[in-house]
Amino acid sequence: MRQNSLQQRLGLNTLRFFVLLVLLFLGIILWEVFSKGSGVINSGFLFDYPRKGMTLGGIFPTIMGTIFVTLVTTIFAIPMGIATAIYLSEYANDNTVNRLIRASIRNLAGVPSIIYGLFGVAVFVQGMGLGSSVLSSGLTLGLLTLPYIITTTEEALKNVPHSYREGALALGATKWEAIWTNVLPSAVSGIVTGSILGLSRAAGETAPILFTGVAFYLRYLPASVSDSFMAMPYHLYILSTQHHAIEEVRPLAYGTALVLLSLVFVLNIIAFIIRYRYRNFNKARI
Amino acid sequence: MQKRHFIDRAIKWLFFGAAATSVLVLLGIFGMLLFNGVKAFAHISLAEFFFTSNWNPSAYGEPSYGILAMLASTFLVTLGAMLLAVPLGVGAATYLAQVATEKTRLILKPVIELLAAIPSVVVGFIGIVMVGPFIARVFGLSNGLTALNGAILLAVMSLPTIITVAEDAIRSVPNSFKEASYSLGANQWTTLIKVVLPAAYSGIIAAIILGMGRAIGETMTVLMATGNALAMPRGFFDPVRTMTATIAIELGEVPYGTTHYYSLFAVGALLFLISLVVNLLAENLAGRYRYKL
Repeated sequence: MRQNSLQQRLGLNTLRFFVLLVLLFLGIILWEVFSKGSGVINSGFLFDYPRKGMTLGGIFPTIMGTIFVTLVTTIFAIPMGIATAIYLSEYANDNTVNRLIRASIRNLAGVPSIIYGLFGVAVFVQGMGLGSSVLSSGLTLGLLTLPYIITTTEEALKNVPHSYREGALALGATKWEAIWTNVLPSAVSGIVTGSILGLSRAAGETAPILFTGVAFYLRYLPASVSDSFMAMPYHLYILSTQHHAIEEVRPLAYGTALVLLSLVFVLNIIAFIIRYRYRNFNKARI
Repeated sequence: MQKRHFIDRAIKWLFFGAAATSVLVLLGIFGMLLFNGVKAFAHISLAEFFFTSNWNPSAYGEPSYGILAMLASTFLVTLGAMLLAVPLGVGAATYLAQVATEKTRLILKPVIELLAAIPSVVVGFIGIVMVGPFIARVFGLSNGLTALNGAILLAVMSLPTIITVAEDAIRSVPNSFKEASYSLGANQWTTLIKVVLPAAYSGIIAAIILGMGRAIGETMTVLMATGNALAMPRGFFDPVRTMTATIAIELGEVPYGTTHYYSLFAVGALLFLISLVVNLLAENLAGRYRYKL
């Protein structure tokens, strides 16, 4: 008996230790990037072009490029994802075609990002002749985030009580009218949360844009969707592995990592806050 | 009246079209990889591709296209990542699902999701500036950019996947299982090890397989942090170059339409098939742990 309780204490503390270790990994990464990157951040770093072979200056065009390409991803992936989720949650019954659609989405979520890059090169850049451009990269990232947006949106729609739909239908509304007036407004915060998280993922991706539109260095911002662009994740990759003076530009690499990580974390925290308030709102409603 | 019903039907078909796109994309990816990948075998024999380890497509005169070394590299790095991530991830998931209070769980879950949100290029950067040099110092190597470095980083990256899916499986074990064990006088630890974890077994395996899928497909981290040496790895202290890294390195500089270009799609097709098998396996296993009580 005595031995059993000793075993229990040892076992549970090991589990506790494992959780702490996981948190420690996160802490170490954040500490490394924030402590060494924060010294570089000033308005010049954020709003200047790289100068002198990227050994001086800022990362302004990479920030704008990332924002621009994420915007294209948004325009493509969000309507597409929401439409798919509405179909699956509200219209689709359980037949072979719909099961095939669901299976495809689940499998798309597991396809490696570099494969999306290959697809983007073969289909958007060469097949459709869009060239190495913001549009090609934005569409490639859109396909990558689509499964994520569909899954989270469907989850949000499923959480809307059935009585909401039935109430509208009983008053003579068509299915679409019930969705538009009763289901979507209740699910909107869940949809927004999922979309933000999907886009934060797209903004940090490198492999899919590697061959579909990102450029090493440009002296101008992209003027249209058919121009190529600079992007933060790729810039970090260049500064840390491909640059001719890697040690010299290390502080700039830390700064880039810090800005990229901050962007992603701010998006995640916004999503978290929306989800948290929505949960309380839902509790109050029921 | 008529118009409203027409709109309703039109929207249904419009949204069905959006949903069907996902099927087309999946088929499109597979078709595109196969279509381009097969062209490589006009000049490369299947035996050379799969069973030789020398990859040197740009060699003058006698190019070689053996993927065995990069296949072994992918395998080695993934194996190392799983050796680290599986005990940690399943342990942490067990804690979150069965031991932690509800309040602790509500705080820890989003924090772990934050770990999943870190872009892979940032993880690779950490590998270059921190983990790699640390490995070099501890083991007395001249260069820390090795398979071990990649394995550690991939372990960190696959942890959120393993924890989230395994926690879900462990939580779904019915309370009655635990109550039966407690009523026989077993303590919490014995109940966890002898009853709860075995009951969640297939869900935990699904979690591990999904984490593995993430590690196999990861590109930027291994590209930046494992040294990219094109040779058969002899162990964790060798630099390696995985399948994903090979595509990332070579696709940018290869002329369009050459055997070399197509061979990269063949590597991609193999990678795609591996990820497909991983997904189907995980899905099949994950479906089994849902107890109907």
